[in-house]
Amino acid sequence: MASLPKTSDRPPTVLVTWLKWLGSRGMVHVALISLMILWSIPTLVMLISSFRDPSDIASSGWWNVFANPFDFTIENYRNVLDARGMWQSFLNSLVITIPATLLPILVASFAAYAFAWMRFPGRNALFLLVVALLVVPLQMTLIPVLRLYVDLTPGAELPSFDLPVLGGTIGGGKLFGVNSFVGLWVAHTAYGLPFAVFLLRNFFGALPRDLFESAYLDGASDLTIFFRIVLPLSGPVIAALVIFQFLWVWQDLLVALVLLGDPDLSPMMLTITNLVGSHGTQYQLLTAASFISMIVPLGIFFALQRYFVQGILAGSVKG
Amino acid sequence: MAEVTYEHVTKRFAQDAPLAVDDFDLKIPDKEFLVLVGPSGCGKSTTLRLLAGLEEITEGKIYIGDRLINDIPAKDRDIAMVFQSYALYPHMNVYDNMAFGLSLRKIPKDEIRERVNDAAQILGIEELLKRKPRALSGGQRQRVALGRAIVRKPSVFLFDEPLSNLDAKLRVQTRAEITKLHERLGTTFIYVTHDQTEAMTMATRIVVQHRGAIRQVGSPQELYDRPRNLFVAGFIGSPAMNLFDTVVEGEGDSMRLHATEDFTLPVPPEKRPELEPYRGKKVIMGIRPENIHDAGFQPPDIRTATCGCEVDVTEMMGNEVNVYLKVKDHSFLARVDPRTSARPGQPLQVVFDIDRLHAFDPETEEAIGLPAAEVKADRNGGLAVSGETAA
Repeated sequence: MASLPKTSDRPPTVLVTWLKWLGSRGMVHVALISLMILWSIPTLVMLISSFRDPSDIASSGWWNVFANPFDFTIENYRNVLDARGMWQSFLNSLVITIPATLLPILVASFAAYAFAWMRFPGRNALFLLVVALLVVPLQMTLIPVLRLYVDLTPGAELPSFDLPVLGGTIGGGKLFGVNSFVGLWVAHTAYGLPFAVFLLRNFFGALPRDLFESAYLDGASDLTIFFRIVLPLSGPVIAALVIFQFLWVWQDLLVALVLLGDPDLSPMMLTITNLVGSHGTQYQLLTAASFISMIVPLGIFFALQRYFVQGILAGSVKG
Repeated sequence: MAEVTYEHVTKRFAQDAPLAVDDFDLKIPDKEFLVLVGPSGCGKSTTLRLLAGLEEITEGKIYIGDRLINDIPAKDRDIAMVFQSYALYPHMNVYDNMAFGLSLRKIPKDEIRERVNDAAQILGIEELLKRKPRALSGGQRQRVALGRAIVRKPSVFLFDEPLSNLDAKLRVQTRAEITKLHERLGTTFIYVTHDQTEAMTMATRIVVQHRGAIRQVGSPQELYDRPRNLFVAGFIGSPAMNLFDTVVEGEGDSMRLHATEDFTLPVPPEKRPELEPYRGKKVIMGIRPENIHDAGFQPPDIRTATCGCEVDVTEMMGNEVNVYLKVKDHSFLARVDPRTSARPGQPLQVVFDIDRLHAFDPETEEAIGLPAAEVKADRNGGLAVSGETAA
């Protein structure tokens, strides 16, 4: 005898499925997407404005681009890069940031290894001192550091090299102290060390002791253990540190402002600031310059973001 | 190939801390499989790590062969160690894990390959050489850790609880393999474990350690049959030996160990001279669960004392039954024939094999003489004679 299927046996309609999803996880998704859009708008506006004609920016709002979408210009970028010296500043930023990222991580990882795994008197007291430095505000140190640097600045200059195809120069400035890339590297290294040592020590300390003892019995010295066991296992935390330190140095204005007076050596942040001061508010140039300064950190972040999250967890949870 | 000598070795981790290793004095002959066993925190791992060079010796001397090694760095001591956690390098494949120590010692590449392949063949891990440790099971990791020790061709192998992380079945299997490996390599093995079954099954000699000090050294059988003190008696054997507080009463033929009115055991003649000084005093009496039998199924040719008890709990093991018994305040365990009629709450007649009684001084906790069976065997060079004595 045939019977009608019961209501509950019927396949649910698309609407019902969709409503169920909306009730369970959907609200979270909707909230997240709305937040994301809200947070992205300023950046989007900046990007749009950087491609608009100055007269358009002055006369109409950014949303008008959607009415005639192909009315863009790259003149702003050309202007900023060539006439305003932004290209040279971009190169300077790289010259400052890359060594100022690698140096503190190298020094800090040596220190962190010693703090985590080598026995020496005063180890804990020294580590406490390093961690205590985390609370010293950078601004407090600027005047003493500047005075010290003025005294230490030699007459000698760092050689500079002209880039053949791309244009601009790399290097230059004094050998150390004020108006010197080396001086700036050392300053950024010092400012970055406490956090780097703290994060790395906690990560290294969480590596199993047996691993070190086993390597030690295998005949490995501390240096061998560091380079062949510890560093290969510390990829995530080092990637996280690279992002932290790179962003910190790339976006730094204050330290560069105090220690670099020579406009030929200025990094992007300094040049952008001067752009505001010397020519009034030229939004089209400001937005283009800002967008150029964002590209490199964005690239670094997307390349290493997987490690970034892992590294934060490794440092905070395990430590 | 070397003998290892500990000469009055002491380890203290801090000035005021108790001794982690207390006057450890032992000669370990070449090719011996020595097992250090004891409860957690008894200093057995520290004793091993002192030899490995992972801890500094506070006092005393350690020799490998004729060489005093106190001040020789770990890497030059010609030892290899297998850790509980295996301690494999997670970022290297199996081959590199095994070759790491050799390449640091600047051994030619060809020889490294040969040694690693040989070890892999011995352990049956040839097809795993290209894998990373995280792609291996616990048992395979354990083999790689063994392999890493083998390729070094050390004169002493050290094992620090290497089987603790394996499941029960794999542990039994690996136990046998390590024993075979010992026979094959013919090298001194020093093995630390808290598991007395591992100690009993693998060792040529066992050291029982407690609070840093050696409590007894001997072959597994010796430790089982003739524990020299209360600690060893309680530690070796599973289930553990039953212990009772008793008083020595009477003299000559009527000498007996009195626990309560209903529970009194006669002292076999061989043991009477040793217990004579204890007349009227307390002694701790010990008997292993397998030396208490259901009266209905007692083995022939043993001297027994019968006792009426109440059954508390029974545990069927298949080949035997563990019966928890009570007499007044005393409770104890017997391992009896599986055909037993014992039921919880019911009375049961059990017999004690009185030639297997152990006695301990309650103050020094040292054994008083040997079990009667051993005394008789020693004196007569023969087996115990049967004879029934009623309680």
